[in-house]
Amino acid sequence: MSGTLPVQRRSSSKQEIIDARLLPEKLTVYTTLVGLLNARNYNFGGEFVEAMIRQLKETLKNNLYNEAVYLVRFLSDLVNCHVIAAPSMVAMFENFVSVTQEEDVPQVRSDWFVYVVLSCLPWVGKELYEKKDVEMDRLLSQIEGYLKRRVKTHVPMLQVWTAEKPHPQEEYLDCLWAQIQKLKKDRWQERHILRPYIAFDSVLCEALQHNLPPFTPPGHMPDAQYPMPRVVFRMFDYTDAPEGPVMPGSHSVERFVIEENLHCIIKTHWRERKTCAAQLLSYPGKNKIPLNYHIVEVIFGELFQLPSPPHIDVMYTTLLIELCKLQPGSLPQVLAQATEMLYMRLDTMNTTCIDRLINWFSHHLSNFQFRWSWDDWSDCLTVDLEKPKPKFVKEVLEKSMRLSYHQRIVDIVPPTFSALIPAEPSFIFKYADESASSLPGYAVSITVGNAIKNRASNEEILTILKEVPNPNQEDDDDEGESFNPLKIDVFLQTLLHLAAKSFSHSFSALAKFHEILKTLTDSDEGKLHILKVVYEVWRNHPQMIAVLVDKMIRTQIVDCAAVANWLFSQDMAHEFTRLFIWEILHSTIRKMNKHVQKIQKELEEAKDKLEKQQHKRVTDMDKNSEDEEGQLEEQIERLQEKVESAQSEQKNLFLVIFQRFIMLLTEHLVRCETGSVDISTPWYKNCIERLQQIFLMHHVTIQQYMGTLENLLFTAELDHHILAVYQQFCALQL
Amino acid sequence: MSAKLNALNSDSYIDVSQYRDQHFKGNRYEQEKLLKQSHTLYVGNLSFYTTEEQVHELFSKSGDVKRIIIGLDKIKKTACGFCFVEYYTRADAEHAMRFINGTRLDDRIIRTDWDAGFKEGRQYGRGKSGGQVRDEYRQDYDPARGGYGKLAQQHPAGESRNSF
Repeated sequence: MSGTLPVQRRSSSKQEIIDARLLPEKLTVYTTLVGLLNARNYNFGGEFVEAMIRQLKETLKNNLYNEAVYLVRFLSDLVNCHVIAAPSMVAMFENFVSVTQEEDVPQVRSDWFVYVVLSCLPWVGKELYEKKDVEMDRLLSQIEGYLKRRVKTHVPMLQVWTAEKPHPQEEYLDCLWAQIQKLKKDRWQERHILRPYIAFDSVLCEALQHNLPPFTPPGHMPDAQYPMPRVVFRMFDYTDAPEGPVMPGSHSVERFVIEENLHCIIKTHWRERKTCAAQLLSYPGKNKIPLNYHIVEVIFGELFQLPSPPHIDVMYTTLLIELCKLQPGSLPQVLAQATEMLYMRLDTMNTTCIDRLINWFSHHLSNFQFRWSWDDWSDCLTVDLEKPKPKFVKEVLEKSMRLSYHQRIVDIVPPTFSALIPAEPSFIFKYADESASSLPGYAVSITVGNAIKNRASNEEILTILKEVPNPNQEDDDDEGESFNPLKIDVFLQTLLHLAAKSFSHSFSALAKFHEILKTLTDSDEGKLHILKVVYEVWRNHPQMIAVLVDKMIRTQIVDCAAVANWLFSQDMAHEFTRLFIWEILHSTIRKMNKHVQKIQKELEEAKDKLEKQQHKRVTDMDKNSEDEEGQLEEQIERLQEKVESAQSEQKNLFLVIFQRFIMLLTEHLVRCETGSVDISTPWYKNCIERLQQIFLMHHVTIQQYMGTLENLLFTAELDHHILAVYQQFCALQL
Repeated sequence: MSAKLNALNSDSYIDVSQYRDQHFKGNRYEQEKLLKQSHTLYVGNLSFYTTEEQVHELFSKSGDVKRIIIGLDKIKKTACGFCFVEYYTRADAEHAMRFINGTRLDDRIIRTDWDAGFKEGRQYGRGKSGGQVRDEYRQDYDPARGGYGKLAQQHPAGESRNSF
């Protein structure tokens, strides 16, 4: 191989090979190449190793821990290629494991160093044991001690299923340890990894090896962001692949290597779905394993990963479709089998994961004419509709309807499923016809409706609205400024009814009458009531509710806290377990977060500008520069206030949300306790997992407010069920 | 080796296509600059019956949608099988190019492409009959797009065009 490479390309190929670390699934090909080059040119090998060490230091400094794993693995495989001397690799591993002796560091730090060492052993364990078995035994014993005393509070929060059967959701280090133990028992015989260097052994064994320079792991920095712990996702075992090659066991090192490599392929090619699918399906050694099952398992593992998938959800849908196209005779069947299994285990599946399954399945079906054997799932019709299985089917049908239309859904399911079919998404107009004539707002609604149709001005409309009596007031002694729920009801119902035709029509209506709406919703009660009215008229069309709420936040007709309070209000209690509620809440939180980030960015940019300006002044001695500086300083002050105000609003939003959760959950727990009833109702499971979901989906933002949360809300007096969620969350970064 | 390494940075699904809007006010360079920064996608091969709601549901999977403008027949003012989807961020639009382009909406494979930005008037079909140009000339029967192409409707197959 290296005989054909011209000598001049040595230095450029160094860089190219280092870039090859980004193709970790082809690792052994590149290490073999380096081995051969080193055999011909000792200096090349030395320079290459030095360059890799430099790169390793850089990645660790920049919190690029996932990349650093591949670099260390590359280095360790270079031992197999006679580039690096085994004892020096062992010494590096010893330095890594010594991190477990450090005090007052986050557990995730020492976790990472242990993980790196263990994850290299499938590649290099044999060689290191042959050369340094005493040291390696000591190393493994140290690791074992560490794993025993490690805290694992975080695990329940990251598990996709709460049930241990059929496959336990193991903590990732525990699983890897079991796999390495088994590998050791098998005397480090590992048969899955492709090792091209074996074919070149006669050349490579003549090479001079290099010693790794002593590598001290960089110390812990307070702003370090170590990878979060994970749980190993398993849904298949050897019993699931009916014919053909057998699936390696859950504690076999082969399983680890296959999964690692498949994850790597996705990481490399996720942007290009055709390439990604092709690369996955051409995995080397695919004839010895049930590759389709591994692929489907790895993809669902990423999709269901908590806190969040490594890539955007829709990527996985499209990737699976691509895979089905490339393997139409086999992959769709595996996917159907997987879907069936996931359905069977819904009862113990984490709510957040169920959300993702709903979105995936409905989107997938919409690409295949919604063809599915719904009758196979008729067992869901025999239980309470709030149970996970019927609830899942209901939500899938609702999402499917959004991608098609109501009649389509009626047509695709058997008639027995009619209770699960979503309502027709039609507007519910209170003042629709003469049967409503006895309602207090009826007359004004007709007048306002006509006024809107005749393009009356805002003043004219407000004048008409003055006629609406205020049910909250005795005398009419005000100018109509205080909160009048009936006025909001009449105007908004009438307006939205006229604009009901499409999203665009409704958005135009909100824009056109923005002034009036702002006036009507000036108070907190006003904001709450407008949301109430939107729900009442569009309760059959949750998609419309969501887009209207989004628009109203963006145009500041309502604020984020109002939306949170509305979703948790008694009026919405009967919808509390429906998916659209949580989509609205999370969308609201995201908007708040983006708003804060936007202003923070503006502040940073203004500060940069000021710095440049100050620099200029020093060099230019210009009066105009001074004025500009003054303006910038003022702007920065204003932006600073804006940032503080936005952060305060953000903190308040989370406080409102958490407070509401605590109230609801405590109420339920107390009621169950006094009634001696089991707390684990479907409602409770949904609610407690929705609380978890808030923490998981917004953990970056919430970290900032931990102090306040702990002092004000998540105190020791709280019921331990609720406090456990908070403690598990804290454990994610400890 | 370099072909593999190109794979490391390859992101071909978000590349700008060959299409350039002939009605664009400005030169090629300006149009390309806008395309490379755009947050707006043109979406084609829609059924005439596909609604804004369906488009919103699908395209929201790659990020928050700012605006959807359904393409209209210039004469009939009814949907004529295309639309624009505008995102708040470029990144979200890129995800749509990677993962929604070439998948199905309303049972049809839809196609997305970068657009230089919506301007009033661009929501109308530019075909002589009021719809899209592609529906003027196509020969196939597509029930979701008004049946036969306009030209084929005027000169049904089987009738000779020339008198000789």
